[in-house]
Amino acid sequence: MEAVNPEQAPAARKIDIESLQRGPKLNMANETICLEVKDFNLFYGEKQALHGIDIKIAKNRVTAFIGPSGCGKSTLLRCFNRMNDLIDTVRIEGDMRLEGNDINAQSVNVADLRRQVGMVFQKPNPFPKSIYENVAYGLRIQGVNDRATLDKVVESSLKGAALWDEVKDRLNESAMGLSGGQQQRLVIARAIAIEPEVLLLDEPASALDPLSTLKIEELIYELKDKYTIVIVTHNMQQAARVSDYTAFMYMGKLIEFGATDELFTNPTKKQTEDYITGRYG
Amino acid sequence: MVTSSQHISQQFEKELQDVRSRVLAMGGLLEQQVSNALEALMTGNTELARLAIDTDKEVNSLEMSIDEECIQIIALRQPTAGDLRLVTGILKTITDLERIGDEATSIAKMALNLSEKDRPKKNYRELQSLGNHVCTMLRDALDAFARFDVDQALKVASENQYIDAEYESIVRQLITYMMEDPRAITRVIDMIWSARSLERIADHAHNVCKHIIYLVEGKDVRHLSIEKMEKMLNRPR
Repeated sequence: MEAVNPEQAPAARKIDIESLQRGPKLNMANETICLEVKDFNLFYGEKQALHGIDIKIAKNRVTAFIGPSGCGKSTLLRCFNRMNDLIDTVRIEGDMRLEGNDINAQSVNVADLRRQVGMVFQKPNPFPKSIYENVAYGLRIQGVNDRATLDKVVESSLKGAALWDEVKDRLNESAMGLSGGQQQRLVIARAIAIEPEVLLLDEPASALDPLSTLKIEELIYELKDKYTIVIVTHNMQQAARVSDYTAFMYMGKLIEFGATDELFTNPTKKQTEDYITGRYG
Repeated sequence: MVTSSQHISQQFEKELQDVRSRVLAMGGLLEQQVSNALEALMTGNTELARLAIDTDKEVNSLEMSIDEECIQIIALRQPTAGDLRLVTGILKTITDLERIGDEATSIAKMALNLSEKDRPKKNYRELQSLGNHVCTMLRDALDAFARFDVDQALKVASENQYIDAEYESIVRQLITYMMEDPRAITRVIDMIWSARSLERIADHAHNVCKHIIYLVEGKDVRHLSIEKMEKMLNRPR
């Protein structure tokens, strides 16, 4: 320790106060809008599953849909890449746009839409092929067969999905030999290989152990630089951890939507409060 | 918004109720401690002064055990929204309550000091009215906590300005005493310390009111004037 000079006060350390302040809070008003839903209704036959949904999804952000089973969150997610087209009884009303373009227009090529809006499901569903071919699959069906291009995309996609280091020495082995967590990351690598704009994740970690879940969450955090991510999850803590914005749905209605830190500390609706604190409705 | 509905997990519900009622018990203990210390100061009753000093140990151990309970709830239950604000609000509240205990202890110590000296004619009545106001303010703040009553918390918080004014006028009066009779200085300094402790107790009660407002309304009203607080909470006079 330096000797203290009683004649002179020690020089104060300079502290940059600005740098200690928290950054500005997230606000939808400052976001670029990627997906926009207006007065959207969906019916399964006679039964109405979505009621007048109005929501905007911010670009390069993670938006989480939470709510009890059957609240319509997966149904809404599936509308974003028209997965509900596959169900005959489904009828929709209202407007849904991806970067300003009507998703449900007659002229939209659904395969193109699904290339732009990729989806990952609850249960990992790798194809019974090699790891390499799983990731290259999307490009191959687009007609890309150039080995050098494929090698490059496979590597960058596996790196992007934080799986490369674990599989780089066994790219030609079957994907079915990977663990559940690895399979899920492989499926994410397959989805990002074709460079979508939006990634829809439907309960991506619910079939995984806690450590694999953390890896997926970490991955989501990294992926949002490049993609807009919409995630449906039953795990509220997961929604709180990974998302920037959260939408709470209940019985087919959007009850509350807001910045995640706000919604989890001070929700404005009683139904939201009751759900996230685990109370009887 | 703190909702009245019950948790699906009864155990969690019980834990939150339990920690809340322990804060109230701690508050009750403090009310008694402050009132004993004040009484000891007024009457020179050394037994009461020692009782107030001893109570501090119980207050401290209650603070630590409530602290631990809150940390366990955070770790094991991961509370959100109103529950989270309740737990963090309690953590802050008990810090202020513990400091109230420290101030009461120092008043009791002053009472012991002063009991060895000649008692002045006025018998320290100058401090009685301030002390009564502070005790009332503390009780009302704890009441507001018990009922999570934001209006009451606002009302109690606004009392603090009167306490501050009263404290300043007492200090002015005591300075005059010292100038008139320098032999009284040691005694009067102890009185000033006591007045200062009473004023600090009111400050901590004021902080407790702000924690109540945060945990009920989710609005951070620290460092705001009463007018700004009322505006933020949409409660015009």
